[in-house]
Amino acid sequence: MTDPVKMTMIDAINRALHDAMEENGRILLLGEDVADPEDGGVFGATRGLSTRFGEDRVKSTPISEQAIVGAAIGASLVGYRPVAEVMLMNFMTVAMDMLVNHAAKLRFMSGGQTSVPITVRTMTGSGLSLGGQHSDFVEAWFAHTAGMKVVIPSSANDAYGLLRSAIDDEDPVIFVETLPIYWAQGDVSFERIPIGRARVCREGSDLTIIAYGQMVPHSLTVAAELAKQGKSVEVVDLRTVSPWDRDTVLASVAKTGRALIVHEAVKEYGVGAEIASVIGEALFGQLKAPIQRLGGAYCPVPFSKPLEQAFAPNADSIGAAATALLS
Amino acid sequence: MSNYPKPDGPTLRAIYEKAARIQFNDERVIKEIKAGKLVMPFYSTRGQEIIPAAISVSLTDDDYVNTIYRGGHDQIAKGFPLADYWAEIAGRVTGACKGKGGPMHLTYPAKGIMVTTGIVGSTAPIANGLAWAAKLEGKGRVTIANFGDGAANIGAVHEAMEGIRVDGNDPDEMYGVARWAIDRARAGEGPTFIEATTFRFNGHLIGEAGGYMDKELYAASQTRDPMPILRRRLVEEGIVAAGELDALDASIRAEIDAAVRTAYAADYPDPSELKVDVLVDAIA
Repeated sequence: MTDPVKMTMIDAINRALHDAMEENGRILLLGEDVADPEDGGVFGATRGLSTRFGEDRVKSTPISEQAIVGAAIGASLVGYRPVAEVMLMNFMTVAMDMLVNHAAKLRFMSGGQTSVPITVRTMTGSGLSLGGQHSDFVEAWFAHTAGMKVVIPSSANDAYGLLRSAIDDEDPVIFVETLPIYWAQGDVSFERIPIGRARVCREGSDLTIIAYGQMVPHSLTVAAELAKQGKSVEVVDLRTVSPWDRDTVLASVAKTGRALIVHEAVKEYGVGAEIASVIGEALFGQLKAPIQRLGGAYCPVPFSKPLEQAFAPNADSIGAAATALLS
Repeated sequence: MSNYPKPDGPTLRAIYEKAARIQFNDERVIKEIKAGKLVMPFYSTRGQEIIPAAISVSLTDDDYVNTIYRGGHDQIAKGFPLADYWAEIAGRVTGACKGKGGPMHLTYPAKGIMVTTGIVGSTAPIANGLAWAAKLEGKGRVTIANFGDGAANIGAVHEAMEGIRVDGNDPDEMYGVARWAIDRARAGEGPTFIEATTFRFNGHLIGEAGGYMDKELYAASQTRDPMPILRRRLVEEGIVAAGELDALDASIRAEIDAAVRTAYAADYPDPSELKVDVLVDAIA
């Protein structure tokens, strides 16, 4: 066991890729500018890896998301484990045929003869003034597609541990990295974190906040504030959006009797709707208040700073929703 | 075309055998659909048999092929076992894909048939990854990505590839260029784009008559059906005796007939299969 080391999420991702490639010679990396001659990725997440492992295993590609994901699928069909980088989550739209029609379905359509053990890393998040085509969270599309898994880490430690598990996984995993917390520091313990299991990151008895990604640190801030007022809030970090950990969520809400689900993606038709529905089906009659959801506004991510700040949930809006639920 | 390899007698006979299996199989599928025994979309490859037959005589089971919904010719040329093929298109649990893929997603990795896609333009990006893997392995495996002319408009298909146009109905040209390209790929000298011209005899799918086809072009294509032309040539050039060809045709038809009967006798998949092969672990 290694002692925990303080590092940013982006460094934890770099380290996870490094450790995975060191351990398994069949792990490959590809994406725009991921190799060192092109600077090791636009944010440097893959810096140093092509120098260490060679450009046969770490390939910079043309700007063609279909080609990136397609090549990852092809190599994965015959024993390799490619980690593809699609620079921003909005660019996944260009590769949707490869992701939805192929990566997610080849195992089923071949009757289990082939499988697609790829990891697709992609970055996103509002708050960097990138506007409508460079900021979206579209995890619900992939969670709605049978045959793939969706993981969104909330900290440097989770990014390391979940990425190692994603690369090990026998199914395609969409690994979503939240840009505004890319440079947040945290202790990283270099251990794998299982896919499909949530984490109770703060215990409480009056309300459960279910969140993932950047909404987890926001929710923890709110829980600490409300504790000062004598309110006890439990925060569950989903970690994996699909398949999600029903047992942990239902156990928590059964205990607290109140649920608030928070994500940055647009609220309408979002992941929160599915979670709310399952909670309602399982715990009808035990709830002390209607289930509440918070999500991005029903609009494209705006550019103008005040608009962008008003778009996504933050500690203020989560705090207000939590307080209303508790009163 | 004079600088490309020439097929010898046994190679031409092998091309004919593959092409005849493709033709007879195609005709039998159409017959079963029209008799109401099969319910499926079928994209006939009648008239286009020579292209995959002449390519695949230069391939081994270790080489990969990706093809499309109109892919019966590519699959059979590459050695898709007919029993597994028929059970799959009949939706039976004994099919190659347990009846879960169907005619548009026939897969048989043991023969290198890795992906059959229903999406125009999607064979090439995945073939790229298969070729990358083959290059890393260094065993000289070749990857073939098949697509129709419609897919040539899809951006992802355009890579830096050497391009050659051939008469896809001419076994000498088709074999020669394919052999040259395959040898080049096997030696690690890069990809080749082969544009093989041919004619699709039937409509887009069976049940759609193709009324938009130019009548003169269609009539001309029927006089150039590559199958009787190759068959006549094998006899005229003394490569295969007429009686021997008749026996070969009969044995292929008998093989197809056995596959059809075995398929129909098999069970359909159990509904519990909806939860299997979705993810690595069965869905709870």
